[in-house]
Amino acid sequence: MSELSPHAQELAAYARLVRRRVAIVAGLGALMLVALLFDIATGPSNLPLGDVVTGILHPAALDAPARVIIWDVRLPYALMAVLVGAALALAGAEMQTILNNPLASPFTLGVSSAASFGAALALVLGVGLPLLPADWNLPAFAFLFAFGSVLLLQSLAGLRGTGVETLVLFGIALVFTFNALVALVQFVASQEALQQLVFWSMGSLSRASWGKLGVLGLVTLAVVPFSLKASWRMTALRLGEDRARSFGISVARLRFFSLLRVSLLAATSVAFVGTIGFIGLVAPHIARLLVGEDHRFFLPASMLAGAVIMSLASVASKTLVPGALLPVGIVTALIGVPFFMALIFSRRERL
Amino acid sequence: MQGTGETLPQLHIGGLHVGYGRRRIIEALDLPALEGGTVTALIGPNAAGKTTLLRALAGLVPAKGSIRLDDVELTGLSVAGHARHVTYMPQALPQRVALTVFEATLSALMSSRGGALSTADAHARALDALARLGISDLAMRGLDELSGGQRQLASLAQSIVREPAVLLLDEPTSALDIHHQLRVMQLVAELARERSIIVVIVLHDIAQAARYAQRVVVLQNGAVAADGTPEAAITPETLARVYRVEARVERCSHGFLQVIVDRAV
Ligand SMILES: Nc1ncnc2c1ncn2[C@@H]1O[C@H](COP(=O)(O)OP(=O)(O)OP(=O)(O)O)[C@@H](O)[C@H]1O
Ligand SMILES: [Mg+2]
Repeated sequence: MSELSPHAQELAAYARLVRRRVAIVAGLGALMLVALLFDIATGPSNLPLGDVVTGILHPAALDAPARVIIWDVRLPYALMAVLVGAALALAGAEMQTILNNPLASPFTLGVSSAASFGAALALVLGVGLPLLPADWNLPAFAFLFAFGSVLLLQSLAGLRGTGVETLVLFGIALVFTFNALVALVQFVASQEALQQLVFWSMGSLSRASWGKLGVLGLVTLAVVPFSLKASWRMTALRLGEDRARSFGISVARLRFFSLLRVSLLAATSVAFVGTIGFIGLVAPHIARLLVGEDHRFFLPASMLAGAVIMSLASVASKTLVPGALLPVGIVTALIGVPFFMALIFSRRERL
Repeated sequence: MQGTGETLPQLHIGGLHVGYGRRRIIEALDLPALEGGTVTALIGPNAAGKTTLLRALAGLVPAKGSIRLDDVELTGLSVAGHARHVTYMPQALPQRVALTVFEATLSALMSSRGGALSTADAHARALDALARLGISDLAMRGLDELSGGQRQLASLAQSIVREPAVLLLDEPTSALDIHHQLRVMQLVAELARERSIIVVIVLHDIAQAARYAQRVVVLQNGAVAADGTPEAAITPETLARVYRVEARVERCSHGFLQVIVDRAV
């Protein structure tokens, strides 16, 4: 039988490998749905899981208060958690590949610091953009600064025709610059504005709404197909820049468009929920441990891992301190680190 | 070899200037045409510019002058245009990559195939390349769990799988044991003959260059110090001038050139 194809054995082994990876990605997807349901079912007002499911499927079957809780609070928060987790994780995964740096995340290049500065300006100086509803003012500012910082980085990098290390260094310089500027704004801020700013910078899902969810959803939906389309090229880039270029890949172009996607994802996420660290850094590492770096699996697995962590963090933010809603940015690391460590140690045994 | 009647491809290099920023490494380099079906060994001391020359031929560093493959001028072609004709195997191997040998080989085809190659064909070609190098059993192993030599063979697979017209290899045998060194050199010579490929291979082992290459180019300070058949290019005088060693070039009992280095001067 194996005489038919000289490589039957290897092809079968590869088919098994692919099946295993598909199963892992599907498993992560299932885990995400469970976490999402959990998240929707958790909150200060006690709603049994059954009611929640009924409320989602047949809104009319519930009384008005329960409906409001589910549809205006629980669902947008929970969906926002999943979406932000996925978006930040995808941004982190792409960055780690194109910058060839396992420590890269939307924070490395100053995206989050820039967003904080934008938010600080909006809060403290009270500057507003025309034609925009009041509660969209702050996200709009945060977005503009975050997006602008990456464009600045791109043009600086293009100017010198520089390599990856320089790009990372520019990014770190931007982090320090924006942090200093934020501190400066904080220094002159009023007590009340300062408090708001600190709260914003801790990251919170409580600013979620269907409108914002829609915007982030559209951005993610628009970006993901392009990321997936670039997946073989990004896989090849893992073999080195010279190698990838000698395969015919224009690495400069790949990097430019990838950074554009990263800035859209990160800027939109940060604008709506504030700075949430860790996910963009760790979700890709979890995905890498689970499915390797064939980006056709690595990118989706990163997104789902990010969504799961963020969703669990959202649950924890509601339950850790009874009666209080902790800023989710504080909780993500607390939730993510044990998850991550467990995975690292379980892998080590197999080596 | 010439008996096929087909004309063999030729690579012409004329007035080539290569540098990094302001720093000029190679200036006004001319080489008589490199011919398909033959292996050319590029030798020379560290920092002579061997890697730089290969990268320039591959279009990875900007170069002035002319690099012409038959009637196609390669300088000024896009990255993709270059890659259609030339493949370069870098000297350095990637580190910390969570890919299997097979996936890495596959990415050489899938990342730029332009829809011409079906997935099944790509799989078959990748496995053929691994089989030719005798590393089929490593196909599903992670690159990170391989020995240095195995990694180098995997890297070589990523180059030969593309079946280029010009194959540039930068010290492909530096990490291999003698068995695998010979195997790789034999394979490279076979591939060159079979597919009329122009092969340029950087080597530090001069005896091996003499044995497997039909032509040896000696590079020193970015300029050609000697060029010709192994017998013509590898002489005690050249070795003394280029490598600053006192050496004898003798024939072993099988008639192969051997270099015996007596001392560095
Ligand atoms: N990226 C770079 N930027 C600046 N100078 C470089 C760069 N790469 C190489 N050089 C310089 O170019 C010269 C030639 O280097 P090259 O790598 O081509 O040497 P080589 O002949 O391949 O040496 P080796 O046998 O050590 O591999 C050296 O002086 C080196 O310092
Ligand atoms: Mg070199």
